[in-house]
Amino acid sequence: MCGIVGLFLKNPALQPQLGALTAQMLKTMTERGPDSAGFAIYGGGAHGRTKMTLRGVTEALRPDFEKSVLSLSDSATFSYRDDHLVVSCPDDAVSAIRELVAGYGSDVRIVSSGDSIELYKGVGLPEDVAARFQLAEMSGTHAIGHTRMATESAVTTAGAHPFSTGPDQCLVHNGSLSNHNTLRRQLVRDGLSFETENDSEVAAGYLSWRLSRGERLDEALTASLSDLDGFYTFVVGTRDGFAVLRDPVACKPAVMAETDDYVAFASEYRAFAGLPGIESATVFEPEPQRVYHWEHAA
Amino acid sequence: MSATLSNHQAIDLRESTIRELNAVLQSEDVTGSWLVSHPEGRHSIAVGLTAPIDIIIDGQAGYYAGGMNQHANLVIKGNAGPGVAENMMSGSVRIEGNASMAAGATAHGGLLVIEGDAGARCGISMKGVNIVVRGSVGHMSAFMAQSGNLVVCGDAGDALGDSLYEARIFVRGTVKSLGADCEEKDMSAEDLQILRGLLEEAGITEYSAEHFRCYGSARRLYNFHVDNAAAY
Repeated sequence: MCGIVGLFLKNPALQPQLGALTAQMLKTMTERGPDSAGFAIYGGGAHGRTKMTLRGVTEALRPDFEKSVLSLSDSATFSYRDDHLVVSCPDDAVSAIRELVAGYGSDVRIVSSGDSIELYKGVGLPEDVAARFQLAEMSGTHAIGHTRMATESAVTTAGAHPFSTGPDQCLVHNGSLSNHNTLRRQLVRDGLSFETENDSEVAAGYLSWRLSRGERLDEALTASLSDLDGFYTFVVGTRDGFAVLRDPVACKPAVMAETDDYVAFASEYRAFAGLPGIESATVFEPEPQRVYHWEHAA
Repeated sequence: MSATLSNHQAIDLRESTIRELNAVLQSEDVTGSWLVSHPEGRHSIAVGLTAPIDIIIDGQAGYYAGGMNQHANLVIKGNAGPGVAENMMSGSVRIEGNASMAAGATAHGGLLVIEGDAGARCGISMKGVNIVVRGSVGHMSAFMAQSGNLVVCGDAGDALGDSLYEARIFVRGTVKSLGADCEEKDMSAEDLQILRGLLEEAGITEYSAEHFRCYGSARRLYNFHVDNAAAY
């Protein structure tokens, strides 16, 4: 199963409510995915600075870690939410901080990096995961979330969605891929590395690999129709927006709602029930094999 | 729970659970007209009904609304989720908006009317139901349809009528592609009469039966071949 949600705000006045609306949508999708949940939220980017979300910087590690980062970049800032940490630093300090993090071993990981993405995920009921990270208090331009019912790999934080495999990119997936092992081996040969045995991480890596070769998101998604075998409804987040793609059979549900204020995506309509003005929204199902894409003007 | 609103008995799904709603509507002495408010996409609204009652669902329904219906007449004022009127036996379900995938799946009887579009696999494995769609239907509609009629006033998606048995399909617009063993048939006088009757029953007056094409099974698959009868 799994539930996915996405909310892209057209009206900036709604930005302070983005987290609260996303949290409510995630909670409604609990029945589709009660074992873990996660979300990527975009916003608050500052020119010339990068946000990195890290997992595994324990309280014991914090003083030493912060000191080491500050020695590389004295303007770095730290924002903790439960077991996740967002480090904001100047773009030119990113590679040095990456090297520093690598020195902490596999327990400390950079789970996302980019101008505006922050990415949080964990094991537990979606409502509890959202509360742990205070999602309801977050603001931003757009958000993507996932509630997981694991099928292809273990119930772990690393196996929860979203997966981020490129700058400001993330992917959530409802379905299961059948050729992910073959594809993973090909991508590893091309220099990508994967954190899990999860099929969805391969889809994320595949799209990042195509984007890194200069393709546009819609081109990369169109190519995935011939390269990915299996069932999928994908929602892909980028710095400026999000995209939706369903496989040709389209047995994984998807519904969208659009008003003058937002575009919303969910596995089921009931996730929309609490959105403002939903009664008068245009509600439709995305067609299979067609790339849908919404973007803020850069 | 059931405050009377004009001539309808009302149930508000913000106050009652789905189980409470269905228990009331399934009870042996249920009669009259019912208004279900704030459905908000909840699943399994008004399923397993057996009495000839009238129900209005005032908004969006989730999965399987009106599933297994017998005798009741259901109107959904908004969109319906996957599997609406699944396995319906008799009565009617009318959706004023769009229906998601697998509308009328495996239904044996009754009338399903979709005022908007239907998603993929509309009428999959239908076994005698009549389905009238004012808009278009998605891919693999009427897959393995065994009996009954599917009327599409708009267009049909890919692989229409794949592995069809005895059901009839009428399409007014274009068919993106036909599924295995589905072919266009000459519209007989009997077909035309059935189609006219269904359009009338569904309340569709703007389209004339003469503008539809009829599709059915070519009966060339393994299960139709007499030489395979020895296998049984």
